[in-house]
Amino acid sequence: MEPLIEISGLRFRYEDGTEALAGVDFRLYPGESVALLGPNGSGKTTFVLHLNGLLQGEGSIRVCGLPLRPETLPMIRRKVGILFQDPDEQLFMPTVLEDAAFGPLNLGLDPAEALRAAREALVRTGMAAACDRAPYHLSAGEKRRAALAGVLAMNPEILVLDEPTTFLDPPGRRDLAKLLRTLPQAKIVVTHDAAFACATTTRALFFEKGRIVSEGPTAELIRRLGWDAGPATAD
Amino acid sequence: MHHLVLEEWSRKNSWIHARDPRAKLVAALALVVAIGTCPGAPALRFGGYALLLGAAAASAGLPLAGTLWRACVILPFAAVFGAMAWVAGHPERAVAVLLKSFLSAWVMVLLTGTTSPPVLLRAMESFRVPRFLLLVTHILYRYLFVISEQAQHMRFAAASRGGAGRRLRRGGWQAAAGAVGTLFARSHARAEAVHRAMLARGFRGDFVLLSPLRFGAADGLFAAWAVATATALRIL
Repeated sequence: MEPLIEISGLRFRYEDGTEALAGVDFRLYPGESVALLGPNGSGKTTFVLHLNGLLQGEGSIRVCGLPLRPETLPMIRRKVGILFQDPDEQLFMPTVLEDAAFGPLNLGLDPAEALRAAREALVRTGMAAACDRAPYHLSAGEKRRAALAGVLAMNPEILVLDEPTTFLDPPGRRDLAKLLRTLPQAKIVVTHDAAFACATTTRALFFEKGRIVSEGPTAELIRRLGWDAGPATAD
Repeated sequence: MHHLVLEEWSRKNSWIHARDPRAKLVAALALVVAIGTCPGAPALRFGGYALLLGAAAASAGLPLAGTLWRACVILPFAAVFGAMAWVAGHPERAVAVLLKSFLSAWVMVLLTGTTSPPVLLRAMESFRVPRFLLLVTHILYRYLFVISEQAQHMRFAAASRGGAGRRLRRGGWQAAAGAVGTLFARSHARAEAVHRAMLARGFRGDFVLLSPLRFGAADGLFAAWAVATATALRIL
């Protein structure tokens, strides 16, 4: 089976000289859901920002068979939808409906088609009733779902979620996990939340110092590395 | 916050709301230029402009007192120049500065209260205002609320650690300066993140709207009428 994403030897260094990625090889296959685990600053977010060319390091990246180059960026951004950690950064239009339609309009859909895509995505994420509301009036969970609708409206083949449970309470996390399981796209989930990773992914990669140092079935990897949250007590 | 109220107003329905934003922009600019170039501060002429703006607010369904209150935001700035003119021995010029500033601000409140920000930016784009400037304006406008919330969090954090209260003492000014610097850095980081999120959803520098702009005969008449009235009041 052809991989949806194929990355080899990805390296990236920030302007201040910090090496964020030190040679990452990765493949994502259709229908797969993969968790990216690892400590803060291990390179997970930097890695996912490469998947649609928001950051560009050294190495080879192919998405749905397309090499990542300036001329293929629009097509690749249509295929890879990223849900960012802070929904406030993703909801920049005056109303939820306009925000959901932002991506489809940029893809060149005519207003009627963009409106249809936006409404469908909002129905799918349970936000249809909030169409005319301003994003800053939404709760954290609603903002997350509205932001996800904005991504789904572009009908991506790959869904990348960066810390999707941040700001969510336990019921919000459960609802989001339930929603993600209903979506057919291949998924990459960056998370510190072991339970959420187990609920939404089957394979996990562990990042450390810009490298993938361990890999395996999600539950097994979490258990092996002791990555699930134990009681925060002093020894 | 002011901009939240203006945004809610801009979603109302009235014949002024329904006008093409380019027609409203032309009308607003004509009024501001006419008001700004009035010699002196003739009460009758300024009264005429005030009546015109009051009628516009009423027909757009906007609360008159609310629009007047929001236009007052200009007064502290205008007062500085007014005071300078007064001190220089030109009290009538000081009054004119205050009145012209206030009326111009009222025009802008009515414009933004009857036109949603993306639509207004699109109109400005069609008048060839630089895109970069529009993008910065859009993001600044969108995130005033988030930035003010961050400022409030920082104020609480400072207060909970015995930091600056209402009366700033020596260390308090330093803390306030540090907070402003931090807020600026955070705003910059936020702007970068927002821009990244826009790029991720296919943004290429153009604001594409759900409802494309349409300039009809009614819009042309509205703009022509506004320009003619502003000019007539200026000449009379």
